[in-house]
Amino acid sequence: MSLINFTIKQAHEGLKKKEFSSKELTLAYLQQIEKTNKDINAFLSVFEDYAIFQSEKADEKIASGNFSELTGIPYAVKDAILVEEKKCTTASKILENYVSPYDATVIKKLKEQGGVILGKTNTDEFTMGASTENSAFGVTKNPYDKTRVAGGSSGGSAAAVAENQACFALGSDTGGSIRLPASFCGIAGLNPTYGSVSRYGLIAHASSLDQIGPMAKNIEDIKIVFKAISGKDQKDATSSNYNFENSKISLKGLKIGLPKEYFAEGLDKEVEKVIRDAVEKAKEQGAEIKEISLPNTKYSIACYYIIVPSEASSNLARFDGIKYGLSDQLPNNLLDVYLKSRGEGFGQEPKRRIMVGTHSLSSGYYDAYYKKAQEVRELIRQDFINAFEKVDLIFCPVAPFPAFKIGEKAKDPLSMYLVDIYTCSVKLAGLPALSMPAGKIKGLPVGLQIIGNHFEENKILSIAQELEKLV
Amino acid sequence: MISKEQVSHIAKLARLELTKKEIEKMQKELSAILDYFDLLKKAPKPETKQKVFSGDNCLRKDEVISSHDIKDELISAFPDKKDDYIKVKSIL
Repeated sequence: MSLINFTIKQAHEGLKKKEFSSKELTLAYLQQIEKTNKDINAFLSVFEDYAIFQSEKADEKIASGNFSELTGIPYAVKDAILVEEKKCTTASKILENYVSPYDATVIKKLKEQGGVILGKTNTDEFTMGASTENSAFGVTKNPYDKTRVAGGSSGGSAAAVAENQACFALGSDTGGSIRLPASFCGIAGLNPTYGSVSRYGLIAHASSLDQIGPMAKNIEDIKIVFKAISGKDQKDATSSNYNFENSKISLKGLKIGLPKEYFAEGLDKEVEKVIRDAVEKAKEQGAEIKEISLPNTKYSIACYYIIVPSEASSNLARFDGIKYGLSDQLPNNLLDVYLKSRGEGFGQEPKRRIMVGTHSLSSGYYDAYYKKAQEVRELIRQDFINAFEKVDLIFCPVAPFPAFKIGEKAKDPLSMYLVDIYTCSVKLAGLPALSMPAGKIKGLPVGLQIIGNHFEENKILSIAQELEKLV
Repeated sequence: MISKEQVSHIAKLARLELTKKEIEKMQKELSAILDYFDLLKKAPKPETKQKVFSGDNCLRKDEVISSHDIKDELISAFPDKKDDYIKVKSIL
């Protein structure tokens, strides 16, 4: 077996037994990136020298005997997460030459464990999108079919793991940006409970929803990375005192809810079959399957696409051509510096969201849009509270269809927004949800989504690990 | 359908320069998106009080916590500067 096929756990065992070094492992991944990246465009930047340097440090750590499961393991980072002294573009022209002044907390934690950063991966600009087609630096292609998208926005991270360019990757999820590409690329991806992972050093999209999470080859690896990056951070006031503990929960007697609104019109029949087959497997193991209702699902996309652009329009106000990033210095007055730097630097989707958000928050429209959306957010949150009184976990699809063709939805923003139909409600309620590989349709992977109650990642991941053996 | 003037007004509020072509495109796209939002008019009023975060109390004492000094890195990112100050164009 080639080194690049190993999971974190397997690579760790190999490193522990001195079957290979972290440097050898790192070089194998760098070689794979060199060989395959021009075909899929998963990485925007590769830190060859820096990766080798980190791997040598990791090898010293391993030789000393004081090391963890992540020591010496090469990984990829979504280019929306800061790594000190390295460029961080969020796939935007406005940050094309921006160099991170500090490490995100998640990076700091992984550095302490001796993880090896290989480079930064592609995303939709400012993580806004469902396909990475909104990247200013080209689309990421799906390793299973290069005429199709890898999903988004963490498409680069998902494709990198699927193509064995990295042992695992970090992504971020605002409305489905970890789960959707994980589903499309046939890997596992966890969107953690809001507050369980520090957002410090994640370039802000919509702050009341953004979360960093792990993307990996299997559930065991997801657990290892999630354990390493989660917990309270002084630098993120919305982070929680949360200590993830592995637990063993059996499918026997587990109550699984199937939201009827998620199995309605619009869901591809073959995707539905893959999901229902997985549910059947859980039932065979003694799980109790219940139909539930999340009655306000129909409002979720409208609610999400008011709240998110509103927050984004505020967050993106900081890109003004004054403090950092692209700056048009030609105008003679300050206002024109703002207008032109932003006009030139932002791509179409950030501009659209800034416009929608500004409108939703503006005088005369605030009550009809932003305030109304906040009320609907409460209805959606309440839907899930009611559901979790009846069931332990919710099973549903991640997306209505498998990976779509490049260009298929790029011209119609609203049809791209609708891709988030099964993933964005979870975010409005702040809940954790996982995408795990459940099957394939004509060679294209399909993910099963498992939604849990707040801070019940242990339940989601324990059950997912059981199911992994069955599907 | 919102008007081109409305689009220009929003762009002005957002400090965003849009080309003529972008304004036309934005007019169509925003109209479709805003029409879709009309769906929310049918949503009932929530009976429960709005509470987004389950979060902990995150208030703390107003104490200085020293952190990694990144002054030089921040200054070096300024697009235009004089010594350690950000230089901006005239306001009027």
